[in-house]
Amino acid sequence: MRIFEPHAHMTSRTTDDYETMAAAGVTVIVEPAFWLGQPRTSLGSFVDYFNSLLGWERFRASQFGVAHHCTLALNPKEANDDGLRREVLAVLPRYLAKDRVVAVGEVGYDSMTPEEDEAFAAQLALALEHDLPVLVHTPHRDKLAGTRRSLDVIRESGLPPERVLIDHNNELTVREVKESGCWLAFSIYPDTKMDEDRFVRIVDEYGTERMLVNSAADWGRSDPLKVVKTAAAMMEAGRSEDEVDQVVWRNPVEFFAQSGRLELDVERPAAPATFAGNSILRGERPA
Amino acid sequence: MTLEELRAALDARLVPEARRWLAESLAAVRRDPSQIRLRFPAAGRHLGRGAVVNHASSDEQVPRWTMDQAGRVLLLAELGDRVVDELDELYRYGDADEQRAIVAGLHLLPIGGRGLPLVVEALRSNDARLVAATVGPYGSARLPDHLFRHAVLKCVFVGVPLAAVHGLDRRADSELARMLAGYALERVAAGRDVPADVWAVVHRFDPWEELAAIKAEMKAPRAAPRAAARRALAALAAERRRS
Ligand SMILES: [Zn+2]
Repeated sequence: MRIFEPHAHMTSRTTDDYETMAAAGVTVIVEPAFWLGQPRTSLGSFVDYFNSLLGWERFRASQFGVAHHCTLALNPKEANDDGLRREVLAVLPRYLAKDRVVAVGEVGYDSMTPEEDEAFAAQLALALEHDLPVLVHTPHRDKLAGTRRSLDVIRESGLPPERVLIDHNNELTVREVKESGCWLAFSIYPDTKMDEDRFVRIVDEYGTERMLVNSAADWGRSDPLKVVKTAAAMMEAGRSEDEVDQVVWRNPVEFFAQSGRLELDVERPAAPATFAGNSILRGERPA
Repeated sequence: MTLEELRAALDARLVPEARRWLAESLAAVRRDPSQIRLRFPAAGRHLGRGAVVNHASSDEQVPRWTMDQAGRVLLLAELGDRVVDELDELYRYGDADEQRAIVAGLHLLPIGGRGLPLVVEALRSNDARLVAATVGPYGSARLPDHLFRHAVLKCVFVGVPLAAVHGLDRRADSELARMLAGYALERVAAGRDVPADVWAVVHRFDPWEELAAIKAEMKAPRAAPRAAARRALAALAAERRRS
């Protein structure tokens, strides 16, 4: 089965994880820019992070035949730093012009502050300007209110709903997001936030149209094989192969292809494979 | 290749839609130089990434113009004298392809010596394709002797063939020959092969100390260095016969 992982923070994962994902059938990964667990203190840290999502991670993925893409944005948590917000938003347009940037994201809310409002609206405008779809993170605290407010801001922005993917949904948010016309993603975690079986029940009720699953695969407790496991859970629950394919392949392809920058084929670099002189093999080059 | 030759060669390869995008982008950049910040990174997906000219050489590492690179250099050139105001930041925020286009096209821009810091920075990278661009026409004309020699040595280290070094005949000197022979000696002592293209420079200046040390490896206690020394000296002798 072909698998598209539409939301994985591979920066936090080892090269073994790429290998394991590829072996399980993952051939495309989208890595959204987010925060790194502790606040960054300078623009340079963001620039290096964006560059690594465009360079090093793409290289690591290509070693296993995986096509790596990213979404770039200032995340809502760090949008609350006034200096950084100004500086990151100023360089962002340069980055949104680059190849393999398939959406603006993750944008949205963390604590629903005026600073987050400003960064969210500014980046929705950038998405319109750069003709890119948007990946929206919904907050962990006060999720339903945060999701509703996100949908309001999106409506005001003038972005058509089919260009927007609302992420980290649960049973409480699914109905309103589905009715909005936006795409819906579910992050499947090893703990209680959302698991495979709950997702299967949501699909029973709401269907597979505009539905995506992802593993988040971040620095927290997470499992980079959750998309694969969710596909298996759907099959076990009696969904057809076609429905599973829609969720784990056709839907993410259709959504991100709106960027015009999705490249499903990966160019495997010739041996010896190095990126800026670094080999993931870490050993000596062949004689 | 001059800028106008490059423009013509690229134009011959472009499909109508790409040609339209390039014309629009050149006009946009002329009107507002800051537009280059958005047009320059986008060139690959609009113009394509294939070769501009089919070179006879099948050597992957020899730098040649690709359509995205050529388009990027035309965009830079369109800025005229104002290109210096944008160049450093385009490099700083550039991905590997963008940085390579900048370094490869410096000699076609009206910037005098102001591109040299970028060449020096690119030299610090270990990305073979970027290193290859540093020894193009601009770097070859402007790098000071010491840095030029290190650029050539770096090419050998990262696997860029010396055929890619612009004006190597003109700039090679006895110190470079000594450095390359020293590298050959290191390889021989480790029992490994020496890249064949170093001998053309080495034999012109015959750095006797290093060559004597390679000969001495013929009597090394281990078989691998002895064999490597034999192969190295045979390659050097073949080079002498050729020239
Ligand atoms: Zn995330």
